Amino acid sequence: MSQAVLPRGRPRRGAQVALTILALVIAVGAYILVGLGRRGNVPVTLALYGSIFAVGYAAAALVIRRFAPAADPVLFPTAAVLTGLGFAMIFRLSGGLAAEQATWVAVGITAFCLTLVLVRDHRQLDAYTYTIGLIGIVLLLLPIVPGIGRTINGARLWVRIGPIGFQPSEIGKVLIVVFLASYLNQKRELLRVATGGIGPLRLPPAKHLMPVLLAWGASLAVLFIQRDLGASLLYFGIFVVMLWVATGRIAYLLIGLLLFAAGAAIGYAIFDHVQLRVDVWLRALDPDKVFDLGYGQLAQAQFGMATGGLVGVGLGRGSPGLIPFASTDFIFAAIGEELGLLGTVGVLLLYVVLVGKGLRAALACPDGFGRLLATGLSAAVALQTFVIVGGVTRVIPLTGVTLPFVSYGGSSLVSNFVLLALLVRISAGPAPTRPRRGG
Amino acid sequence: MERQVRQLAVALLVLFVVLIAQVSYVQVFAAERLAENPANAKRQLIAEYEVARGSILAADRRTVLAASRRSAGDLRFLRRYTAGPLYAHLTGYYSFVFGRSELEQAYNDFLAGTAPQLLPQTFADMVLGRPRRGASIVTTIDPVVQRAAQVALGDLPGGVVAIDPRTGNVLALVANPSFDPNPLSSHDPEEIRTTWEALNADPEKPLVSRASDELYPPGSTFKIVVAAAALENGYGPDSTWPNPSELDLPDTVETLENFGGATCSGGSQITLADALRQSCNVVFGEIGLTLGPAALAEQAWAFGFAPTAMTGDVDFDIPFQEGIFPDPTYFVTRRPAVALSAIGQDNVAANPMQMGLVAAAIANGGVLMRPRLVTEVRGADGRVIETYEPEAYSRPMSPENAALLAAMMVDVVQNGTGAAAQIPGVSVAGKTGTAQHGEGQAPHAWFVSFAPAENPQVAVAVIVLDGGSLGSDATGGQVAAPIAKAVMEAALNG
Repeated sequence: MSQAVLPRGRPRRGAQVALTILALVIAVGAYILVGLGRRGNVPVTLALYGSIFAVGYAAAALVIRRFAPAADPVLFPTAAVLTGLGFAMIFRLSGGLAAEQATWVAVGITAFCLTLVLVRDHRQLDAYTYTIGLIGIVLLLLPIVPGIGRTINGARLWVRIGPIGFQPSEIGKVLIVVFLASYLNQKRELLRVATGGIGPLRLPPAKHLMPVLLAWGASLAVLFIQRDLGASLLYFGIFVVMLWVATGRIAYLLIGLLLFAAGAAIGYAIFDHVQLRVDVWLRALDPDKVFDLGYGQLAQAQFGMATGGLVGVGLGRGSPGLIPFASTDFIFAAIGEELGLLGTVGVLLLYVVLVGKGLRAALACPDGFGRLLATGLSAAVALQTFVIVGGVTRVIPLTGVTLPFVSYGGSSLVSNFVLLALLVRISAGPAPTRPRRGG
Repeated sequence: MERQVRQLAVALLVLFVVLIAQVSYVQVFAAERLAENPANAKRQLIAEYEVARGSILAADRRTVLAASRRSAGDLRFLRRYTAGPLYAHLTGYYSFVFGRSELEQAYNDFLAGTAPQLLPQTFADMVLGRPRRGASIVTTIDPVVQRAAQVALGDLPGGVVAIDPRTGNVLALVANPSFDPNPLSSHDPEEIRTTWEALNADPEKPLVSRASDELYPPGSTFKIVVAAAALENGYGPDSTWPNPSELDLPDTVETLENFGGATCSGGSQITLADALRQSCNVVFGEIGLTLGPAALAEQAWAFGFAPTAMTGDVDFDIPFQEGIFPDPTYFVTRRPAVALSAIGQDNVAANPMQMGLVAAAIANGGVLMRPRLVTEVRGADGRVIETYEPEAYSRPMSPENAALLAAMMVDVVQNGTGAAAQIPGVSVAGKTGTAQHGEGQAPHAWFVSFAPAENPQVAVAVIVLDGGSLGSDATGGQVAAPIAKAVMEAALNG
């Protein structure tokens, strides 16, 4: 493919509007179907939630049109469908959680719009490499601070200050990708230089290997101190991928894999909960184990998806309440039960589209920073989806991360909308300096 | 950098392909195995109760014995038995804690909609997104006869069976005590367990049907089997037999007496017909010893009796315990037992269902029809899925001998111990029984009958536990015969 087939800067308003309306119809439609499936009538909250989605999506479309008219017309609508499906599923599981999630959808879209308005050009961010990096690291490690950190479900991921609780690592994730894009873009040439080698591997000098080792150490710290397997895997994966893309050195990828394997082995050797995760993964359906708590939870997710079969039992008509953590870690299984294989593959294809469009934005971006940033953000979405869906479906051991845009959770939703805004910004290029007229 | 981004795109796409392959595996290829996992009980339960389970209908196709209703709870359908205990031993219960019984169990494939014959419809339902619907079954039960049997039996412990001898159709099957299947079939595990424990702690064992599950000595009603054996072995109704006041039993100092110790009237010799009319134990003891255990066993087995409780082979739609007549080898060292067995004591055992089959075979010209409870399976759309035709089980008697025995049994009702079963204008054939079953306990009262004798339409067998008195064989008739009469009247007028 050549640059010629990756047009950039040409406004595609029609597609953007049509797809956003389609996303709104799917989102509100799924939510109405949940009401019909559960109680046989349209949900009484239709006016409230329907208008949140209608106003929110319309606002986002207007902001895109005003501040990023050349944006990829598929990016926002794809995330909007995922958000809507996730909301319908959360509404199906719990009216209370749905009220919170609706609030977070509103906050998330506001954050999306603010990001597009404030970040007129993604290169603005390149100026604050270390500030952003520092904030990112602080956010990541904030839950460790005594007094404000909270341990929920065995992992120390939460911060609670007064009445507001949030998962700082979610927003930290975005900042760290921004930092890495900026840092790696600056050091790209240095890191490319290969002086020595082990066998066929050509390695850069030891001092340039430091960042890899540092990231590895940070990931292990997240794993050891916060006991957050999923985030640890995710950060390290994002880092290695970005390092490889920045330098083109396959050696980083291989070293990264080796270090990851070593980290995993160490984690397995010294942590009971890591050993348990692996055993649960392998033996979730083992007749001797399936009645035990952890095993049974993963087994229930399998049962739910199996119940859904090809076409699902219908929105609002299954029993996803039997699946533990159905609104967060296991929401994919709940979707599998009610929407079947058609639903789960549909959701996965939406991520393929989202990630594909993100990478396409990366390829079309003329500057190295933007290109690395779009790549890192896209990879973050893809890896996070793989980690949680792979965990739920037993491809890999289950580690608790959210399913982007779909899972219940404010921090996750808001940070993913910020991430999406950055991708939209990169796909659109700098905002027009004058307000556009007409349309 | 561009090359790496493209390679990354391919790598990430591979990850998603892996995920799609795995969800396909979990949701489609492994789905059935996952559905059957023992830890998946709750979903299996919900899936089972998702189905609009078919109804169990009476022969009139209007009276509903069991039906499913929409329920507000987690489980979509609730099983209801509107007549409470009346049909409980026929329908059985449908419990998610203790499983199913009787017709609910025997026809579960159809009722639950899982039978392969229902595939076209269930597939259509699946495609249209409708809940799976089970098929309904039409039984042979006549609600009028069933209700009459329940009313006639009242609170007496025992059982009643009414059979159409021509088809083997079971018109009524009532046992006391019965139980209400509704609480056992509810959605409340606590209620189900409490009810279950109470029913099982009850010494009267309400869950077990006294009409078809338990066994009792048939007493003098078994004399019609012995009389059939005598006829089939060449002894006519007028064949004469010695008529002493008591019979010396072989190999022992014990003797066999008539009921109350009396001598049957008619002098020193008595005919077979006369002995049946008066229910002479002494004479039937003689006949048994003369015919021998092999002839008796062969006759009893042809009527559906079995050598042991385990070996019965009468195919009935719900569990049925056939009567017992021991293997002839049993009698080799127990010759007195032959005489006792010939009057329905010792190890001979039966229940109303078994004795109803004996009466039905005699009524039907010697041909025993297989008892039938279900005639038809109808899909939820009303289409007939299966029909079950009447079929013969055995031919225990020749038509001539059957007619002779029927005439002898008419005599029992007109001039003998069964007078209480007389119906004005209808010739009733019958035989009483007063079966002893333990020292100091009142004997069971029996009556086995059919009507009209010349054109039989219904055969009825009744047992009232502990209902007779030790004084006279006629007391069995006095207690049980009116019940049989009421049931026959209901069947003939219906």
